[in-house]
Amino acid sequence: MHKIAILGAGRVGTALARRALSAGFEVRVATSRPAADNAFMLQIVAPGAIAASAEEAIAESDIVVLALPLSKYRNLKPELLQGKIVVDAMNYWAPTDGTLAEFDGAASSSEVVQRFLKGARLVRSFNHLGYHEIEDAARPQGHAERRAMAVAGDDPQANPVVAAFVDRLGFDPVLSGGLASSRLFAGGTPVFGAAMTRSEMEDHLGLSSENLA
Amino acid sequence: MELGIYSFGDVQRDTATGELGSTAQATRNLLEAIQLADQVGLDYFGIGEHHTREMPASAATVILGAAAASTSTIKLGSAVTVLSTDDPVRVYQQFATLDAVSNGRAEITAGRGSSTESFPLFGQSLNDYDELYAEKLDLLLQINENETVTWSGKFRPALNDALVVPRPERGTLPIWLATGGNPHSSVRAGLLGLPISYAIIGGQAHRFSPLADLYRRAAEQAGHGPDKIKVSVASPGFVGEDARQAKDFFWTHWHAVMEQIGRIRGFAPPPRFHYDTEASGAGALFVGHPEEIAERIVTLHKSIGHQRQFFQTDVGQMPHRDFLRSIELLGTRVKPLVDAELGRRQPVPENDEAAHA
Ligand SMILES: NC(=O)c1ccc[n+]([C@@H]2O[C@H](COP(=O)([O-])OP(=O)(O)OC[C@H]3O[C@@H](n4cnc5c(N)ncnc54)[C@H](OP(=O)(O)O)[C@@H]3O)[C@@H](O)[C@H]2O)c1
Repeated sequence: MHKIAILGAGRVGTALARRALSAGFEVRVATSRPAADNAFMLQIVAPGAIAASAEEAIAESDIVVLALPLSKYRNLKPELLQGKIVVDAMNYWAPTDGTLAEFDGAASSSEVVQRFLKGARLVRSFNHLGYHEIEDAARPQGHAERRAMAVAGDDPQANPVVAAFVDRLGFDPVLSGGLASSRLFAGGTPVFGAAMTRSEMEDHLGLSSENLA
Repeated sequence: MELGIYSFGDVQRDTATGELGSTAQATRNLLEAIQLADQVGLDYFGIGEHHTREMPASAATVILGAAAASTSTIKLGSAVTVLSTDDPVRVYQQFATLDAVSNGRAEITAGRGSSTESFPLFGQSLNDYDELYAEKLDLLLQINENETVTWSGKFRPALNDALVVPRPERGTLPIWLATGGNPHSSVRAGLLGLPISYAIIGGQAHRFSPLADLYRRAAEQAGHGPDKIKVSVASPGFVGEDARQAKDFFWTHWHAVMEQIGRIRGFAPPPRFHYDTEASGAGALFVGHPEEIAERIVTLHKSIGHQRQFFQTDVGQMPHRDFLRSIELLGTRVKPLVDAELGRRQPVPENDEAAHA
């Protein structure tokens, strides 16, 4: 598990690419433009990342990260993502995404995305971290300031793979449960944008030992 | 290095009664701030278009026009003009008029803008967010290059050999592209040969250094000369005599505004330790005493190589006198230190006077 595809080369996509590269992953980045259009840009802002088409990036990689605007999710090709472990880092925010009927009032945007990407093994994570913190906040294992990162998905084999990815990128993964539980770390929740340690996040997600007891 | 200020026209709150001041008073205060910035030798003042009760600076060129008459050297611009919901013809006419009355001191900074109140106000749909911006920027740039324009697009009636006046005496207006860090915007500005303005409002500021590099390399690739290629940095900033006091003071106002934004966008306002990290070292918040701010500007210059840095100071209903004091310190104490380190900007000859010299 060392090959990553990132769909989206904006603020989140390029920061994740750099972070994953320095954590030793092989990284391919694709957008809606032809690969050649991204090559020059990636060479400078994420040296080492491979500019690829979405098809190629997905086919070559073990984990695919969705870092495109949620308003564009229908441009993704579900058939390419069949059986793939897909990390959904997207959030719904009407003021910039425009009003999207299917997300308005939806408990969790990831469930809507999963319904569209039938057959993909969708795991939500990274969405509650500001793009500028992907690099700034990453810390080695055991570091006192290491921050927690929520992980939620319905596929029991995909979750630990994404958790391990989160860990290698410098965050403590906290599994919150199935995809539906990702509403607990969506926009508007206390977890969103907050810096929390593992135990603080477990508290907020209702996972602390008292709650489980 | 040019130094300056930008403001959204923040309304003051009466510290005794807790009541929010009037939007009209805030507008007059903003004018006073621009006048002071000019007097203390700052190079740039930008007004960021907003349409809220707390931030009512909706008509930047009117305030800047008033400022043009009572200032002498400071450059007057927007930071930013929300081009997506405006008519580029009207934007250009207004800034070109400002340029005439200010003797060549007007600038436009075009951007998507981080606030979206103007969309419902002017009847635009957020579903067209990207397309609106691309189309309107294209028209604005054409108008800047040509006195008469023939153009057609999706969001406004076509123009057929239309005359857009007045015209700037220096040929064109500086049009900066504002970006929050999407790399494609840096490539775009570079390829177009436009100056770029980075909004660095959180995290570590030197993170923008690869973007500035990308911008310059894109410009070089497109064959644009170095004279066209300029980088500016906009960030929150507050200067006080005493570092500790300045940090404590700005914290209350910055935190208040982060709470407001957080409520709207659904994120938790950052805690104090987070603020303290970003208000020091390579962080994006330039808060402290003059020597510290000067040193941090110079340090950032080493990684980004920017030609201008300007600060948003009046946030979270800050009392007007504190805003003014910070402007004064930026001009009288920070600027000389930065100049001593980086050298004074050579004034660019750009109007009649210079041409006859
Ligand atoms: N900004 C944050 O701090 C933050 C934090 C957490 C999560 N998020 C979420 O992360 C996502 C990306 O945010 P951002 O701030 O990085 O946005 P951004 O800077 O606007 O970048 C979006 C990127 O997506 C690409 N894209 C568009 N359509 C695509 C498609 N069909 N396939 C592949 N790529 C496509 C765009 O490139 P082209 O248009 O050239 O294709 C661009 O590179 C959003 O869903 C956002 O909610 C953002």
